[in-house]
Amino acid sequence: MEKHFHVREHEVWLPYRFSVGPVFNRFYEGLKEGKILGNKCPKCRKVLVPPRSFCPDCYVDMTDWVEAAQEGELVSWVLGRQEFFGMPMEPPFIGGLIRLDMTDCNFLHLVGGFDLEQKEKLKKLRTGIRVKAVWRDDKKGHLLDIKYFQPI
Amino acid sequence: MGRAVAVIGTGQTRHGMRAEVTYPDLIREAVLAAFQDAGITPDDIDGVVSGTMPSMMEGVALTHFYFADALRSVGKPILKTETCGSTGVSLAITGYYWVASGLADMVLVVGSEKMHEGDSQATMTTVAEPLYQRFFISGAPGAFGMQSKLWLQRYNVPEDKARDAAAKVSVDHHKSGANNPLAHIRREYSMEEVKNAPVIVYPVRLLDVCPNSDGACAVILACEEKAKKICSKPAWIKGVGYAGEEYWIGDSDKVVWESAVKAAREAYKMAGISDPRKELDVAEIYNPFTFQELLYYECFGFCDFGTACDYTLKGTFARGGEVPCAPSGGVLCTNPIGATGLIRCAEAALQVSGKAGERQIEGANLALAHAMGGVIQFNGVMILGSKL
Repeated sequence: MEKHFHVREHEVWLPYRFSVGPVFNRFYEGLKEGKILGNKCPKCRKVLVPPRSFCPDCYVDMTDWVEAAQEGELVSWVLGRQEFFGMPMEPPFIGGLIRLDMTDCNFLHLVGGFDLEQKEKLKKLRTGIRVKAVWRDDKKGHLLDIKYFQPI
Repeated sequence: MGRAVAVIGTGQTRHGMRAEVTYPDLIREAVLAAFQDAGITPDDIDGVVSGTMPSMMEGVALTHFYFADALRSVGKPILKTETCGSTGVSLAITGYYWVASGLADMVLVVGSEKMHEGDSQATMTTVAEPLYQRFFISGAPGAFGMQSKLWLQRYNVPEDKARDAAAKVSVDHHKSGANNPLAHIRREYSMEEVKNAPVIVYPVRLLDVCPNSDGACAVILACEEKAKKICSKPAWIKGVGYAGEEYWIGDSDKVVWESAVKAAREAYKMAGISDPRKELDVAEIYNPFTFQELLYYECFGFCDFGTACDYTLKGTFARGGEVPCAPSGGVLCTNPIGATGLIRCAEAALQVSGKAGERQIEGANLALAHAMGGVIQFNGVMILGSKL
């Protein structure tokens, strides 16, 4: 028989209020209009989605807004089945890195639009396949206004 | 370049499920062992470096206050370092900087974790920023699974070959772990058992993944003068390298993985290493996932990109091979996160000072220790050698 040791159960609940800032605020507004907004660095000309307040390479303000394409190539993906405490999304879901057309970084979002239990469908998910954004009808200005990126 | 610095003593707890002791008592076990190994007393120490996983894991925000007595840090300067999985190597590098700078002659470095007290994957979720990425990160396996797939597809590695190579890594490490009296998992597995274990996130299966361990590690660093006086076989720190990446996971390539490549390159440059596979005698790579270890062989220049599976299947990185990796059983058999990177440094030090017991690689003179942290974002490397 396994020996039992006394443990003291304890939970820490702490509320946070994270500032979104003007750049992400505009990004959320774009989502509400069905647009994926990114921005361009005036120095290196890279287009980044989601948008940033400053270029991580050049450290200059990102000034030019760009509407990114709603289609792109799948870079990589992972099917998460296990739920961890405090996760904002309920598994199972496929997280994917997507290179939207004419952008210069990988966009992180969901891949879906098919039965996740169908192995044949999962096998078709490979680097380079084309995917496109599928939107919710009731857009709220939230990340999940895009339901997922569906293989074309 | 600063002063020469050596590891003059190491101490580890027995790792595993340690519900029978409190967290500070666990730390004390490692600290006592390190002082005993070095043959010095806490009075000889000028300062203490301590660290854990992000403190949301511990449930205590100010761990170096809670651990003060166990760390013997009362009345001494204390530095805390916290870089998630790479904490252990960051701790060793922090201690190294302190002694190399000349501002301390001897420093105690301690890393610890009680994985069974908190929730590691919930903590991992809070490692990602809250405005966007936290939504899509499904624990550590999510990020690593994505990286592994990207790597295998980039180099068109056949699925079966990658599966066999990763299974061999698991089999070899479990065999070594069984040989390490301090390891958490001390059981051998067959190739078939690994290849048929339940899938965690494709292509990663249960036996490709590290356990949740409780454990602590303490290392004593000394300047050249003290090391030569006190220790008959100091393990000299020959090189250190550390690099991080952008916070947005999609900004940089995770295959030709800049932080890993750069950390190794910096450490090699400082240690004067030009051909790591030929020159290194042993490596303790941070390998919570077998597939990621294969990628590290390539990022660290042990072999070209896309060839790690071939070398692994040939036995290059197994015991008896050209660069034996993780003769301790590695992270795959023991993972108390805040201690894990420091255990890599301690094991590397034991190897080059000929004190590794059953897990000793005969004649090891030059060893690599490494750890990774964040959302596949931070990498740290330390090279230890038997000669100054």
